Amino acid sequence: MPGRNGSQPQDIGIEAEGLVREFKGGIRAVDGIDLRVQTGEIYGFLGPNGAGKSTTVHMLTTLLPVTAGSAKVAGHDVTTEGAAVRDAIGAALQEAALDPQLSAREHMRLQGALHGMPKAERKRRGDELIERVGLTQAADRKVAGYSGGMKRRLDLALALLHAPRVLFLDEPTTGLDIQSRSALWDEVAHLSRDEGVTVFLTTQYLEEADQLADHLGIIDQGKIVARGTPQELKAEVGRPTVEVVPADQTNRSRVAELLQPFGELVPGTPNGAAVRLDDGSEELANIIRVFDAADVRIANLELHAASLNDVFLAKTGRSLEGAQAEAAEEGQTGEQPALEGSPA
Amino acid sequence: MSPTARYKPSLLIQIRELARRSIMRTVRQPASIVPATLFPLILLAINSSGLDATTEIPGFPTDSYVTFALAFAFLQAGVFAVVGTGQNLAEDQVNGFFSRLQLTPIRPAALVAGQLAGTLALGLFQASSYIAVGLIAGGSIEAGIPGALVLIALATLITLAFGSIGLIAGMRASTPENVQGIFPVLFVFLFMSSMALPRDLIQTDWFRTVATYNPVSYMIEGIRSLLITGWDGEALALGFGFATVILVIALTVATASIKSRMVRA
Repeated sequence: MPGRNGSQPQDIGIEAEGLVREFKGGIRAVDGIDLRVQTGEIYGFLGPNGAGKSTTVHMLTTLLPVTAGSAKVAGHDVTTEGAAVRDAIGAALQEAALDPQLSAREHMRLQGALHGMPKAERKRRGDELIERVGLTQAADRKVAGYSGGMKRRLDLALALLHAPRVLFLDEPTTGLDIQSRSALWDEVAHLSRDEGVTVFLTTQYLEEADQLADHLGIIDQGKIVARGTPQELKAEVGRPTVEVVPADQTNRSRVAELLQPFGELVPGTPNGAAVRLDDGSEELANIIRVFDAADVRIANLELHAASLNDVFLAKTGRSLEGAQAEAAEEGQTGEQPALEGSPA
Repeated sequence: MSPTARYKPSLLIQIRELARRSIMRTVRQPASIVPATLFPLILLAINSSGLDATTEIPGFPTDSYVTFALAFAFLQAGVFAVVGTGQNLAEDQVNGFFSRLQLTPIRPAALVAGQLAGTLALGLFQASSYIAVGLIAGGSIEAGIPGALVLIALATLITLAFGSIGLIAGMRASTPENVQGIFPVLFVFLFMSSMALPRDLIQTDWFRTVATYNPVSYMIEGIRSLLITGWDGEALALGFGFATVILVIALTVATASIKSRMVRA
């Protein structure tokens, strides 16, 4: 399938086959995953805490050795061509990895110099990126005084300094307020859409994955349990339902009667009736017309589209939110391996 | 460097920029400078006022305990170098900055040299401060101004050697707090030396034996020779020699440790 930038199937930004990372004690944080990310697309890697998202990112960015399997990033093997991989990628890892004693501009200077960028280029590009992420006013202030959102934006700018072809973002919006999250989404979308950067984005937020990702992989307990576009995945688990509550409660059976032709009635709607639509949400207008013609007044009408949480539920038997709570609980009791990113 | 790399990173520029960062990081954290500089001076003041009568022991090499005790301050600075350098490196790992560095074409040698630059700057500042305060407090440098310069060189070498031990500690410890944990151990190591008395005046056999095998004694005696004796080739050779051996061994282990931590393809 062509990517958003019209890339052809042979333009592979990231590919992995049977990728495994095993930690001490034989714990498999990543257990044989396959990936195929087209150049220029945003690939969302969705899963709860401890699912193996960060470990996957660490292997793909050469920060962790691969236990088994193979992976290529920007056409370079992560095991044998690490330097070429690092030259082609930028990464903003789970925690904004910044020195609190340095300013944004000093970070840019250091990062550019370590990459070997010529002085004039690193200055120009650094200033440009600082402006782009809205940190010009704070560029000479120590990072210690930055908010979480400012740190995240600087982290992203640093990851982009050497103009990488592939960008890894490991839970980039965790802990951010809605405004900062939205600004970061815009920037990520811009990078993919306008600059052709391949983005590998891990997230535990359904909305983020839904909004940003061209393709998604859902990972749970080290294995990919579902993959596809957000629309494909949602369509796979179910059709939308419409729930109608009549203004006059004596009309409840009439409501069910009127909804019946549009699909299969869904039980458990005490104040009205609900139907799983045979032909999708396009039927909504027809339903309203039918109710209007029958002169049945509606107090409330709701369309429930399948969500990525429904996808997660269908594939793992748990909801993503439930999985999060479970992971947090296991973390508290010390049972959770919590090995993401930790070297053995 | 990758054959496809667009840029050509220079080792010297990497060292320069990491050194710059390390020095800025040190200078911008008074909490890492003030205690590391003041604590040895406070101990010097306490020892000098309380142990002055020690100079009356027959065979004691000087009649100024300040001059005698001053040497210890330089070694204490070394202990602070272990902890400071180690904590900085451990902090880099905890907050992810180390991973950021790993994702650049940085060379382990640049990282080691860069990390030690702040330690070196602090060591130079401490050595100069101790000499100044020692002289103001009535101490003297028998080897004169050239001796003071050699003293600063030896003190800096010792700080670098200890700082390199700090790098090993920083790589092994999972948190800066864990690095702090080795502070008491190092202090015991310092006290089991000729820091309070010349070795030939230590009466307890086992203590004298431990002090004789403790390299710290020779580094203290190297510094002390410049302060008390003048130019003592043997003491200086042993002082510089032990400091160099520790530096080389610690640097080798630290570099290997950093290389193995940078498990990149």
